[in-house]
Amino acid sequence: MSGLLRICTAGSVDDGKSTLIGRMLHDAQAVYEDQVTSVRAASKNRGAGPIDFSLFTDGLKAEREQGITIDVAYRYFATAKRKFILADTPGHEQYTRNMATGASTADLAILLVDASQGVKPQSRRHARIAQLLGITDFVVAINKMDLVAFNRDVYERIRDEFLDILGGARCHAIPLSALQGDNVMGPSPNTPWFEGPGLLEHLETVDVAHDLTAQPFRFPVQLVMRPDHQFRGYAGQIVTGIVRVGDLVTAWPSGRSAHVKRIVTHDGDLDMAFAPMSVAITLDEEIDISRGDQLSGASSPPHVGNRFQAEIVWMDERPAQPGRVYLLKHTTRTVAAEVDRTLALNQIGTATVAVTHPLVFDRYENNRATGSFVLIDPATCFTAGAGMIAGLGESDRTQPNSPISAAARLAHLARGASSDAEAIEAVERALEEMLT
Amino acid sequence: MATVLDTTHVPVTAAPALRLDHLRTLEAESIHILREVVAEFERPVMLYSVGKDSSVMLRLAQKAFFPGPIPFPLLHVDTTYKFREMIAFRDDMARSVGARLIVHTNQDAIADGTQPFAVGTQRCCGLLKTKALLDALQAGNFDAALGGARRDEERSRAKERVFSIRDASGQWDPKRQRPELWHLLNARLRPGESIRVFPLSNWTEIDIWQYIHVEQIPIVPLYLAKEREVIVRGSSLIVPEQSFVPVLPGDKVETLRCRMRSLGCSPCTGAIRSDADTVPKIIEELIAVRQSERQLRIIDHDQDASMEMKKREGYF
Repeated sequence: MSGLLRICTAGSVDDGKSTLIGRMLHDAQAVYEDQVTSVRAASKNRGAGPIDFSLFTDGLKAEREQGITIDVAYRYFATAKRKFILADTPGHEQYTRNMATGASTADLAILLVDASQGVKPQSRRHARIAQLLGITDFVVAINKMDLVAFNRDVYERIRDEFLDILGGARCHAIPLSALQGDNVMGPSPNTPWFEGPGLLEHLETVDVAHDLTAQPFRFPVQLVMRPDHQFRGYAGQIVTGIVRVGDLVTAWPSGRSAHVKRIVTHDGDLDMAFAPMSVAITLDEEIDISRGDQLSGASSPPHVGNRFQAEIVWMDERPAQPGRVYLLKHTTRTVAAEVDRTLALNQIGTATVAVTHPLVFDRYENNRATGSFVLIDPATCFTAGAGMIAGLGESDRTQPNSPISAAARLAHLARGASSDAEAIEAVERALEEMLT
Repeated sequence: MATVLDTTHVPVTAAPALRLDHLRTLEAESIHILREVVAEFERPVMLYSVGKDSSVMLRLAQKAFFPGPIPFPLLHVDTTYKFREMIAFRDDMARSVGARLIVHTNQDAIADGTQPFAVGTQRCCGLLKTKALLDALQAGNFDAALGGARRDEERSRAKERVFSIRDASGQWDPKRQRPELWHLLNARLRPGESIRVFPLSNWTEIDIWQYIHVEQIPIVPLYLAKEREVIVRGSSLIVPEQSFVPVLPGDKVETLRCRMRSLGCSPCTGAIRSDADTVPKIIEELIAVRQSERQLRIIDHDQDASMEMKKREGYF
């Protein structure tokens, strides 16, 4: 069992999410005494009992004043069996991007629902975002059971509705009261009909076998290290798979292969390394490799291409528009990119993405690290979109309405650049691309 | 009932088990962040505060760029009120890792007699820490500053990004933070903007101590318990290194077995009573003691939402 479980939480406004997390931190003794004292003082006049557990997590002044959570907060706690990193993400419609952010690194999502309110459109949306971001393990936390007198029928109805929404995902539904602590730490006398483990016990023991080492070897190069004339190493983090000294690896997009000569670390050379280690690799032959290139196992090559289909979550107030040029960061490479459709803030949709320089990628469902990218607005530098590669452009050319002509593309590139030098560089690169 | 992890003796992946333990997972993630900074920025600098987190960050930097040297300088913002042992330790460390050390002090403020009992802690921090830091970053023309802050330290820090953008005057706007998905770090800056980078974002205090233990990282001896002469003021223990620290009615000067849980300026950082004179004993003590580490830092409590206000102004 892995020693570290990454969790994200989602729920609608007033489902009591911050209260549940505050309760978990408090009951797992991850909240310190002086924080309890300051929260107890601040809880007066807020009408949420002697300790308002949401105050442990609502970190920003504006949030405490408005009584809502407006930004992702990361929390850390441990039990005897596991360490946890928990991303507390807000339930408001306008902050969908935070939900996607929290889910992007999570192994498991806790979906919170108010038993007295039932499943809301927001709950469905959160479940969908979590699934879109690759989460396959869920806890449905049916909260405020005290408001429905711990009624078993209410629990079962909501549970079944979620099982339906989540399709084939693995799902554990728990009836609880975050305010009173029922089924958070241990079993509650109020739900004798509930046999499953309580929330923390489940989180301690659930096996979310995302075995990164079982996937093909992928190593995006971060830096080429040349401390002297003798040494030429490629520094990076193994995102999936295993590599051994002597393995034949291929550098993409060039497609040239060589054998691994050394796996270098500050703690000494290794015979073998695996995800998610950060190492430096040297090869037995000099091949031209730079930042943004990828080493991968010779037997299961990644895709290389300039055009692909992706699911995109749009996170910027300025909508995505065809014809605008964005910067696209994928693994360790940043390129210019265009999308073929409009997307408004918080909208999620499938788009064709065209890039100026070939990317080395996998489908997101096969590899979260090499299948994901962000789109950056070059004018504001804001991270405007998050993308998950769904398919190859070539095999999906069913929409003839969006070919980006060479001249139009170059013009967009030039317009989108922030300086003349950048424009020249972008156009040159694109021209080279088109002519070779 | 769950208890905090019993981790005095942490299993470390030495033999090739195909699953990294949590400490090595955090290490790999931090190395990735440090390398992204060097790849994406022209003139990074590492804020070296001499504390335990800085010591861990320095070791991670050695690992990230091995077999090369650390490719950026270290910057220490010296208020001149740091513990004397910290300064000696700082100079030794910089020498032993072979890094360039820049020390910056707001000399004008010191010449004007700035100290916490004369101008108050808020103004003192503003001049000697925040302003000094911003001036030093500008003087060095640094475009990225690496800091050892952790999200588990304080609740506004829990919302901090790994790549945290500051405007032209070095200030933080918590409502305009960029989403950070996967491990994709957006390094693009608009003219005048700069960035603070926190490679230890996901580490907790106990992770830091476990890592110091397994890596045998040198730390300032002030972290370890021994007999020290302190001023006992209510529940605070103050080490009287600076002559301007007044002895108030009711204060008692005593020699106690104590240690520092976090290191800052001697007049504003309290000691705790402790027998923990080794790193494993500190870890045991942390598991048992339930006081958050910044409680002893007077500056966090001097106004409502204190840390958030300082961060907005440009403090780390």
